[in-house]
Amino acid sequence: MNTNGNTYTVIYSTILVVLVAAILAFVAMSLQGKQNENVKLETISKLLGAASQADESLVMDENADVLALYAEKIEDAFYVNGLGEKVGQMNTGKENVKDIQVTTTSDLKKQNDIIKKIEDGQGDLASTLAMPVYVFDINGNDVTVIPCYGAGLWGPIWGYLAINADGKTIDGAVFDHKGETPGLGAKIADAPFYNAFHGKTLNLDGDEVFTVAKASAITEPDHSVDAISGATITSQALGKSINLWAKYYRPYLAGAAAAHQAGTAAVSDSTVTCCAPADSVKTAGTAEVKVNVEE
Amino acid sequence: MSDINYKEVLLKPIFKGNPVTVLVLGICSSLAVTVQMEGACVMALSVIIVTGLSSFVASILRNTIPNRIRIIVQLVVVSLMVILVDQILKAYAYSVSKTLSVYVGLIITNCIVMGRIEAFALGNKPIPSLLDGLANGAGYGLILVVVAFFREILGSGTLFGMRIIPQSFYDAGYMDNGLIILPPMALILLGIIVWIQRSIQKDLQEK
Repeated sequence: MNTNGNTYTVIYSTILVVLVAAILAFVAMSLQGKQNENVKLETISKLLGAASQADESLVMDENADVLALYAEKIEDAFYVNGLGEKVGQMNTGKENVKDIQVTTTSDLKKQNDIIKKIEDGQGDLASTLAMPVYVFDINGNDVTVIPCYGAGLWGPIWGYLAINADGKTIDGAVFDHKGETPGLGAKIADAPFYNAFHGKTLNLDGDEVFTVAKASAITEPDHSVDAISGATITSQALGKSINLWAKYYRPYLAGAAAAHQAGTAAVSDSTVTCCAPADSVKTAGTAEVKVNVEE
Repeated sequence: MSDINYKEVLLKPIFKGNPVTVLVLGICSSLAVTVQMEGACVMALSVIIVTGLSSFVASILRNTIPNRIRIIVQLVVVSLMVILVDQILKAYAYSVSKTLSVYVGLIITNCIVMGRIEAFALGNKPIPSLLDGLANGAGYGLILVVVAFFREILGSGTLFGMRIIPQSFYDAGYMDNGLIILPPMALILLGIIVWIQRSIQKDLQEK
């Protein structure tokens, strides 16, 4: 048989490609469930990582059962649009941890695309946004975790900010990236960088909600953190994505803060008396959920 | 083809004809994934599986492959194996597959894989080709693990993420070498390994 003829070559390559495509499609489909599960687990542990920073004595245990921990700490998880209205509900997994729903990075990307369209002036789409909000109960305090997403130097970067009940103070932050430069941009995922966010506030009234810039360019230290030297583009991209996302969360955060203030004013008398029992509940709770106490 | 020396096929790529230190192939990934032992071991295993299986499949197909599209067919076979490995890692070893990131996908461009198919599998029966592929993957993996061993223990003081250098050393003023985590030191380590090998094996030295 002439293996060098044109007909043979064309038929051979066609069969080979179809065969390989079939094998790959089969494998991809059979492993997809497991892969999605991994992505979900990672998102959950990031969310918990951000929320648990709200209490300095809590440190996420690497081997902790994140699903159970999430189901225990979560209070509510839902979607809001750019006007601050609640537009959907996520399953918090209180009944069954297998039902937990979170918004993974691929969904964040879709929202980011809408945000970019709005920024480009392509119509008023703020009401079509569905941005996730996770409200955690960390030792009796409401901690709201909101994501941000954007383009870094080499690929997407994203993160989660844990916001205090006052709607602007950052209690915790976690960032991650697809493939920033190791040792430079990749440092956004490390503790020294995200710890700098603690105690900073979002400037909900100004144009710049939050800035990541080099120290000498920072004008409002309360609303800024120092960029990573040698990773200008990643740092700026991160600042930009926080800015952009926080801007569309602003209506929701303002509403939630107002509601919280009204709530605390009403119960301010009773809070004084309930402090002691709340503390004892807190210690019991931490032991139970396998959360390590930092040295 | 009955004159194939299986011992030679299996052992030569490990030391005497090591694909990394003698043929100097696959350098890029051996610099990138050797920061920690865990990543290096998974990468080594992935490359062993990919080189072995692609050589095996290419060898089965060797008499049917049209000569003009030989390289393309090889590429299809190699990428099939690489994507399979990548998908399985993503499903069952997610955290490792995240640290290896693009480098699993880049096994496709690892010269060792194509080189062995072109040089060995296309002219030999499937079983010897399989062994040749596995052995070359192992030769690559060995260098990876050796480099990763030094980089992790000197750079982070750990092995497989477990602390090896005791805390008392740090208290006494010992510090991890930050430079060794960066790729240039991996290249220097690799150079030292080549140096050692060439001083043992005099016939590799250029006149």
